[in-house]
Amino acid sequence: MNKLAKLFITFISAIALAAVSISSSFAKVENGYIVLGSAISLTGKYSSNGVHTQNGYNLAVDRINSMGGVKVGGKSYKFEIIYYDDESNPKRAAQLAERLIKQDGVHYMLGPYSSGLTKAIAPVTEKYKIPMVEANGASRSLFTKGYKYLFAVLSPANQYLEVAIDLAVEKNGGKPVKIAQAFEQDAFSQDVRLGILDAAKRTGSKIIIDDKLPKELNDMAATLAKVKATKPDVLVVSGHTKGALTAIRQISEMKVDVPMLAMTHCDAAKLSKQHGKKAEYALCASQWHKNLSYKDSFFGGGKKYDKDFKKEFGYAPPYQSAESSAALLVFKDAFERANSFDRDKVRDALKATDMQTFYGNIKFGPGGQNIAKPMILFQVRCKGDTCENKVVAPTKWASDKFFHPIPPWSKRG
Amino acid sequence: MDFLIFQAPILMVQASLDGILLGILFALIAYGMALQWGVMNIINIAQGDLVILGGYIAYTMYLAGIHPGWGVIVSPIIMFFVGWGLYKLVINKVVDRDLFISILATFGIAIVFQQLMNFIFGADVVVAQSEYGTTMLFDNSVTLPNSKIFSAFISLLYAVILVIYMKKSKLGRAIRATAQNARAAKILGVDTEKVYAATFGINAALCGVAGALIAITFTLHPYVGLPYTVRSFMIVIVAGLGNLPAVAISGMGLGMFEEFADYILGTEFRIGSVFMLLVFILVYRRFKLSRKREYLK
Repeated sequence: MNKLAKLFITFISAIALAAVSISSSFAKVENGYIVLGSAISLTGKYSSNGVHTQNGYNLAVDRINSMGGVKVGGKSYKFEIIYYDDESNPKRAAQLAERLIKQDGVHYMLGPYSSGLTKAIAPVTEKYKIPMVEANGASRSLFTKGYKYLFAVLSPANQYLEVAIDLAVEKNGGKPVKIAQAFEQDAFSQDVRLGILDAAKRTGSKIIIDDKLPKELNDMAATLAKVKATKPDVLVVSGHTKGALTAIRQISEMKVDVPMLAMTHCDAAKLSKQHGKKAEYALCASQWHKNLSYKDSFFGGGKKYDKDFKKEFGYAPPYQSAESSAALLVFKDAFERANSFDRDKVRDALKATDMQTFYGNIKFGPGGQNIAKPMILFQVRCKGDTCENKVVAPTKWASDKFFHPIPPWSKRG
Repeated sequence: MDFLIFQAPILMVQASLDGILLGILFALIAYGMALQWGVMNIINIAQGDLVILGGYIAYTMYLAGIHPGWGVIVSPIIMFFVGWGLYKLVINKVVDRDLFISILATFGIAIVFQQLMNFIFGADVVVAQSEYGTTMLFDNSVTLPNSKIFSAFISLLYAVILVIYMKKSKLGRAIRATAQNARAAKILGVDTEKVYAATFGINAALCGVAGALIAITFTLHPYVGLPYTVRSFMIVIVAGLGNLPAVAISGMGLGMFEEFADYILGTEFRIGSVFMLLVFILVYRRFKLSRKREYLK
């Protein structure tokens, strides 16, 4: 190839590149589509929950688009999402957020999966003043930084198990209880721990074991031996799916008897399926359950959502999917109220959100967290060999009575 | 600091037994590492990932309705060929290079394995149920899961089989000869290429056994391999290469040390304390070495 031809090719490709970047820098709303961006974990250690999140987003996009889309200024727009795989890596997530905003010209973002990744992206969206509605970052520290463009549809992490302590006190005749707790050393679990500390203080309860589990730990035998020796009224464990599975395995193997066991991530860990009867009576914090009576005009109620999701993706929706779908409903509502694509107007509209979705009521507090939706607790209950999660608190939505105390292992078949 | 363990001495029994049972399992992984380190001069960063892969083999059997306990026989057989293939594919190209190259190569293998396992088995944490029950001692105040006892027993069994094999068989002798002096062994007619492949295969097979045991005692996840690599590395550092009893004792010692650190310093210092111990041992060894050198001068 001669020099001239090379130069020509370079020139052409430069023009092509420039054309692409110019066209994409106006990509926020084009051809009747509102383009949202999201960096999401499609590979790496969060990939299963990343996919749950993506499925939740996609289901809501399809539903909103097929039901008339978003009406702004008398015109109807459809949602479209640009996804990038963040490989479950916070650094990559921040880079991708930057790329979505600067190269793809995205003006509205949806959150990634997990508190850690949301924490990595939030400073970027904040810097470029891009409103982000996120559905999977519950860490309290996200809401204390004074972020103005971050909105979370879920309850913050410190609320996850507070209710459980109140329940334990109630079962103890209103008297303070002895709490044993083990939490993984990560942002989310430590926030759950702060919630327990608050609840303990409020009820005058005493924390007798307070273990911090290292991230790479998959053996809690020592903690459980301590629990056996000190006989607390309630044992609280939070360490993502690994923590939940390890706890149930070792509690059942070591025959640790506690009147009450409260955990997080039971549904993500598929506790009732993987451990069956060994997981019975475990009390679990959840953002959402299909039996709740919230309603909206897109998905109907929780049960309908459950059915539609199953039909589309072939499995029952975990709460990660439900909250992700809710994020889209929030965006739609805000665009229509703002009646504009001006980022600050949309942001103000988001701030003023006060609505009900199938997932729950949504109203944002000063830090951007959802203050209108309580956490729910369910308990694993078994009939024969099939185990199910039954909502037991708050009482308003309880389908079953809370079973207390847990019978000792010697009496469990 | 927590002194509960001194107030309730029965906890010491629990901690010691837990530590020993755990330590034997780790010693098995460490022995595989020591073997190939000694023979091939390769530090295998992918050791833990081979373990997890072995675990997934047992888990797959469990899903198919076969008791995961049989994994301790099936998994090493499959893993032996995985190891053999890995040697033919990658390791034979780095085996006589310097240590750094082999660390890089096995680090690469570790990443590929993690992603492959994530791709095939998904990113969910999984467990295989053995339903082995529990042994209760001292009026139910010390409980030992039978799965842990089973693990320790199988680990010891494999260790014994391996020691006898290394002593008696032709291949075992060839492996030991190659470890002592690869060039001399080659001159005397040992097919070192085959020895290397077999060594890597045996190491992978041991990882397979350990993995199957971990599937029934702990949890599996594509990304939890590294802690097993680090633990076995530490055991080997403490015990030295090619010394099985030392590896077993150092494994049990570290296991117990970990358990006691957990009770006394708190769970958050459990792994940190083992690292502290490692630093201490390394410094002590250097100190001893330097004294020896001075003496020689």
